[in-house]
Amino acid sequence: MPHRDRQPGWRDQPEAAAGGPRLLGAGHETKALLNNSGPRYKRSKLERQMNCDVLWCVLLLVCMSLFSAVGHGLWIWRYQEKKSLFYVPKSDGSSLSPVTAAVYSFLTMIIVLQVLIPISLYVSIEIVKACQVYFINQDMQLYDEETDSQLQCRALNITEDLGQIQYIFSDKTGTLTENKMVFRRCTVSGVEYSHDANAQRLARYQEADSEEEEVVPRGGSVSQRGSIGSHQSVRVVHRTQSTKSHRRTGSRAEAKRASMLSKHTAFSSPMEKDITPDPKLLEKVSECDKSLAVARHQEHLLAHLSPELSDVFDFFIALTICNTVVVTSPDQPRTKVRVRFELKSPVKTIEDFLRRFTPSCLTSGCSSIGSLAANKSSHKLGSSFPSTPSSDGMLLRLEERLGQPTSAIASNGYSSQADNWASELAQEQESERELRYEAESPDEAALVYAARAYNCVLVERLHDQVSVELPHLGRLTFELLHTLGFDSVRKRMSVVIRHPLTDEINVYTKGADSVVMDLLQPCSSVDARGRHQKKIRSKTQNYLNVYAAEGLRTLCIAKRVLSKEEYACWLQSHLEAESSLENSEELLFQSAIRLETNLHLLGATGIEDRLQDGVPETISKLRQAGLQIWVLTGDKQETAVNIAYACKLLDHDEEVITLNATSQEACAALLDQCLRYVQSRGLQRAPEKTKGKVSMRFSSLCPPSTSTASGRRPSLVIDGRSLAYALEKNLEDKFLFLAKQCRSVLCCRSTPLQKSMVVKLVRSKLKAMTLAIGDGANDVSMIQVADVGVGISGQEGMQAVMASDFAVPKFRYLERLLILHGHWCYSRLANMVLYFFYKNTMFVGLLFWFQFFCGFSASAMIDQWYLIFFNLLFSSLPPLVTGVLDRDVPANVLLTNPQVYKSGQNMEEYRPRTFWFNMADAAFQSLVCFSIPYLAYYDSSVDLFTWGTPIVTIALLTFLLHLGIETKTWTWLNWITCGFSVLLFFTVALIYNASCATCYPPSNPYWTMQALLGDPVFYLTCLMTPVAALLPRLFFRSLQGSVFPTQLQLARQLTRKSPRRCSAPKETFAQGRLPKDSGTEHSSGRTVKTSVPLSQPSWHTQQPVCSLEASREPSTVDMSMPLREHTLLEGLSAPAPMSSAPGEAVLRSPGGCPEESKVRAASTGRVTPLSSLFSLPTFSLLNWISSWSLVSRLGSVLQFSRTERLADGQAGRGLPVQPHSGRSGLQGPDHRLLIGASSRRSQ
Amino acid sequence: MAMNYNAKDEVDGGPPCAPGGTAKTRRPDNTAFKQQRLPAWQPILTAGTVLPIFFIIGLIFIPIGIGIFVTSNNIREIEGNVFMYYGLSNFYQNHRRYVKSRDDSQLNGDSSALLNPSKECEPYRRNEDKPIAPCGAIANSMFNDTLELFLIGNDSYPIPIALKKKGIAWWTDKNVKFRNPPGGDNLEERFKGTTKPVNWLKPVYMLDSDPDNNGFINEDFIVWMRTAALPTFRKLYRLIERKSDLHPTLPAGRYSLNVTYNYPVHYFDGRKRMILSTISWMGKNPFLGIAYIAVGSISFLLGVVLLVINHKYRNSSNTADITI
Repeated sequence: MPHRDRQPGWRDQPEAAAGGPRLLGAGHETKALLNNSGPRYKRSKLERQMNCDVLWCVLLLVCMSLFSAVGHGLWIWRYQEKKSLFYVPKSDGSSLSPVTAAVYSFLTMIIVLQVLIPISLYVSIEIVKACQVYFINQDMQLYDEETDSQLQCRALNITEDLGQIQYIFSDKTGTLTENKMVFRRCTVSGVEYSHDANAQRLARYQEADSEEEEVVPRGGSVSQRGSIGSHQSVRVVHRTQSTKSHRRTGSRAEAKRASMLSKHTAFSSPMEKDITPDPKLLEKVSECDKSLAVARHQEHLLAHLSPELSDVFDFFIALTICNTVVVTSPDQPRTKVRVRFELKSPVKTIEDFLRRFTPSCLTSGCSSIGSLAANKSSHKLGSSFPSTPSSDGMLLRLEERLGQPTSAIASNGYSSQADNWASELAQEQESERELRYEAESPDEAALVYAARAYNCVLVERLHDQVSVELPHLGRLTFELLHTLGFDSVRKRMSVVIRHPLTDEINVYTKGADSVVMDLLQPCSSVDARGRHQKKIRSKTQNYLNVYAAEGLRTLCIAKRVLSKEEYACWLQSHLEAESSLENSEELLFQSAIRLETNLHLLGATGIEDRLQDGVPETISKLRQAGLQIWVLTGDKQETAVNIAYACKLLDHDEEVITLNATSQEACAALLDQCLRYVQSRGLQRAPEKTKGKVSMRFSSLCPPSTSTASGRRPSLVIDGRSLAYALEKNLEDKFLFLAKQCRSVLCCRSTPLQKSMVVKLVRSKLKAMTLAIGDGANDVSMIQVADVGVGISGQEGMQAVMASDFAVPKFRYLERLLILHGHWCYSRLANMVLYFFYKNTMFVGLLFWFQFFCGFSASAMIDQWYLIFFNLLFSSLPPLVTGVLDRDVPANVLLTNPQVYKSGQNMEEYRPRTFWFNMADAAFQSLVCFSIPYLAYYDSSVDLFTWGTPIVTIALLTFLLHLGIETKTWTWLNWITCGFSVLLFFTVALIYNASCATCYPPSNPYWTMQALLGDPVFYLTCLMTPVAALLPRLFFRSLQGSVFPTQLQLARQLTRKSPRRCSAPKETFAQGRLPKDSGTEHSSGRTVKTSVPLSQPSWHTQQPVCSLEASREPSTVDMSMPLREHTLLEGLSAPAPMSSAPGEAVLRSPGGCPEESKVRAASTGRVTPLSSLFSLPTFSLLNWISSWSLVSRLGSVLQFSRTERLADGQAGRGLPVQPHSGRSGLQGPDHRLLIGASSRRSQ
Repeated sequence: MAMNYNAKDEVDGGPPCAPGGTAKTRRPDNTAFKQQRLPAWQPILTAGTVLPIFFIIGLIFIPIGIGIFVTSNNIREIEGNVFMYYGLSNFYQNHRRYVKSRDDSQLNGDSSALLNPSKECEPYRRNEDKPIAPCGAIANSMFNDTLELFLIGNDSYPIPIALKKKGIAWWTDKNVKFRNPPGGDNLEERFKGTTKPVNWLKPVYMLDSDPDNNGFINEDFIVWMRTAALPTFRKLYRLIERKSDLHPTLPAGRYSLNVTYNYPVHYFDGRKRMILSTISWMGKNPFLGIAYIAVGSISFLLGVVLLVINHKYRNSSNTADITI
């Protein structure tokens, strides 16, 4: 996050004023806008699919109309010759030709049957989505107490996409972490200070937090919040207020809320500030302090200290001053602070300068500096100065330094400023505790606060001096000679100061351990001191490793003492570099590198970038839900990896592939190497082998976490530069393939544009549903590109939120948003869409069947007004209520069994198969609803509308009953709306049929309904027809429910079981849910050896045990399963039956597998030995049927053809095959891990 | 209304809203509706739960079906009122253009519509520059055969059966929908300026001698104008009223039907029929009864299948329960 780390802003850089003109990107030139690719109209996946099906409906409509037209043509041709009495000629008496009649009939039919195009569906969907958004907004558990914000849905039209996400792209800082750095531990001089008390304190915060949330009286906090809110415009004031307020009330929730408001500048959370010092270290520090205070005026002061104490002292000095932290006092408005910077005491500067150089120049071997200084002091500029261009530049600079303050005196008057300053100083000392630190990066602030806890207080930082206050020594003022800022290549920063006690010039360096450890002074192993140093270093390195393992951000602190000569030499070249016009950055870089060598290691710190609450849990839940999580961050690789470990994105016992390439070629080579490596592990076939079309087919459909047969999948870490190469056209496929094989992907140091490119790549190549979540302006482009963009609100301005579709207060809310609301939204909408298609088709079907009995004349037995109002009034409300309120799986089950989410990823509820199944059912039902009244009224005296009205009634009842079968939760609203619909229909019909005897030409339904209500046949048909129409569906559903339940049905059945079985099932949920357990628990299970040939390219390769490795060595993959495995749960946790009990289902002899599976593949498309089916608990059989029922094969064929099309585009690019798992999804986490664990054992 | 619904709140949310009222947080209300915790009946469709429904359907439908079937088959002895129908097949009275070809205003006695019928009646709107009354194809194609029924007694002297012309149309049609045009006492005068439909033999005001059954309110005409739903239909023609409780309406014996043949049906492969029936609402249509029996049996059968399935798979779910 470049802007966060490196652009502290003008106010933090007093030098900026003097630094000459700067080019600032503003307006449309800002990074945010340049990275912004403009708004994108998002349409949800479900809606796209629906539009496709609407087109099918259009096609169907045309077909029906065409059929009808031909029929009518034939009818006319048959009857007009015969002077039939019922044949009505044209108005001029001439008769229509059959062809013209057919054309007219076609057009009329289109109008009559246009109900088939579900226009009302679009309206209904909008309404349902609006309600869904309302409910998401209203969810109390998505409300964040601390920030008083709830989840905002900014996009109204993609709620159901939340239920189909496959990839999550997350920012790190501020998204996974709180962007709050907390000092945790440190090592000084090889001694570790574990800061246990501090850790306990942090733990207490955590507890207190949860307690307080319940205890805090809500009424009492109101005034606080109000006052904060009102001061929000005046930043400085409100910050003061906020700190005070939390101190007064002591309420942490309150404090957190306050700090949230001012977070981007001040790091005022007590958690970060109030560090409990480690007693041992504190003792050492105060010992240092005391002894130094005593020996203050002696020569060689530091020599009095032992080397360790000296290191301790230097360590804390380094912590305090080696940074760019700006000190402000909350009592003073910021403006004053800034004035103080500008009007620094000039005399002091001059004196400093003279003092700084006078003594040294005399002894200096570096003549130019010496003479310069001398000349300076006597104000004889340039007289004896060597006239090289570089020194000229230097000279000018020095002159500037002197000249500027002088003018300041002239303009402002010195004495008054001095007074001001003095008074400020007094104030400052008085309210020392109130000092506030503002740093460009939170790490720095954390370190300064840590030092403060050890009474080493940074009290002032001016342009050229830093003051540190110690209890005994008092204020020490360090002259700040140079600050070599942080950059990402050096990965360190340094300050050059003159030590006030020793008068030495010291360099304090703080940087990433990987870099700093290499820059240390080589120590000879000959003398004792060197050996000691070596020991210290190795100890420190050990501790660093420990820190990293704990997920802490590690920094090394080192020191270098410069002799005057060394400094003078370096200064010259440095000044040259500074003044150089071209290439100055490079020169400065070189100069910094020259300085930062031969360092003396002081110690290391471990800072915790505090994860947001619940991040590891959320990540593991999301993973169980089949989501692939990639982290794209602008941060350093080390930091990113640390955080990834901390939030369980990476596991310590899994492999991490790190891709750091410096050139395109290197990157290509590395990628190849990685692919080979992955291949050699037998994880997946390499892309080179799978260029053929056949094997490419399912690559686009399969969810990301497809089965990798053996071993844990590695994780990929890639840095920004390599990413740039990897995203090139020729490498992107390889990269993508590699990334897909990895359990998690971490992109560090990536630019906003790269983030969006990665997202775009995954979206376009894998055809996956992506979600991007971030909090800063640099995440905007990624958020915009992803299918669903989620912004984290309240941390870093509003840019991410503005660009996002959903804004959540914290990362952890993502779990509930996706797993609960996403699933519900998807399932509700999918079911509603299907229902609307069904409804319209069924209704149109009635009209269509009638055409066979009215000469295809486009006549309708249903009154025109019923035709119009049927969709609008009578049958609209119940599906809407169901679409809004239905909960197919209860909330608690969804949250405890995230696997259910996969049904959305696999589009289980609404896919071509279900659509056509649905349409077929609609056709059947309409046929029943038409033919029963037809046969019942056959050869009777019934007239057109007296016959049509029962049909409408029957249709309405059938719709409602159908909805009843599909409704999973019946609230009172469902009952009421259903009753209301029926009531409304009869009321409207009765009123309408009594209203007018001669109106509504040409057809008049006068008194029809009234007459019908007195007709027993009406009741008899209305009772029987809906029942007859719905029997098959009801039967199928109940059969499915007990014989081959889908995951969702299983989950639903679990709820029914759980209350009865007390708490027992909950425990099992936990077992089944936590993938880790399954790895360890299964040790005593029975072992099954399997092998399946690889050569079958189609769906049975999804069989997870059919790995490359397995085929090479027929008896390698040991799969162990406990005998006591709950099949119901199993079926739930892994989508398909095969995976539900893999240990049992694949029980077969090693040799027998290939032939057997081939046979079975041919017949069913699935590999299941019959013998095992019978010997098994029936559940796996049932599951097996469920996933590959008769209908499903049709669906798979359809998918097949579709994916083929997609695959064509990818053919030859080297995208690897992914076994088709659209339906079966054998990659349940339990399963995968299980295999992983066992195969590791076998290796 | 929905918002205030407060069902038994399950305690799984945070603290409820502060009663103080002054608190104005964005915290959503903890109501069952907003938190989507409305109490709900959650039916789970499995063999076990659904099979009672199938049995119940079967048990209800089969007796109903048998009842209907017996009733419809019992129309044998002709007692009580007898309905006399004429039936036509392959006659498309439901054709789109045919159905529209009428003017309800004219039939309702509207004088302006009488002389200026609706355009829907084309091409049967005017004939020789005179408006047709009643206009349109439906009226034009009115069934005009005359059916007479005779009982051939023992003395082989046919006794005509009294056929009642009135009471065969819907009461609302006769009294509300159809009215003769206003005007003088003479019906012919009221229809002055109109001409008869092309196919008719006589004008509308000469359909019957009874003034209460003449003109637009002639019940044969009204019955015809109620267009049949399906190409095979029957229309009520006459009523044979029961004279006394002692004698059957139509005693056993030989009957002869005298048809005055005006109506051609062989052009369009149609057929004419005469039907006698005692109940008007079902006719001799055994379908409903059979359908009820069939649906009931299927349902019962499916219930049995589910029972078997449930029995078979209950074991597995039981074992599942145990292993939970």
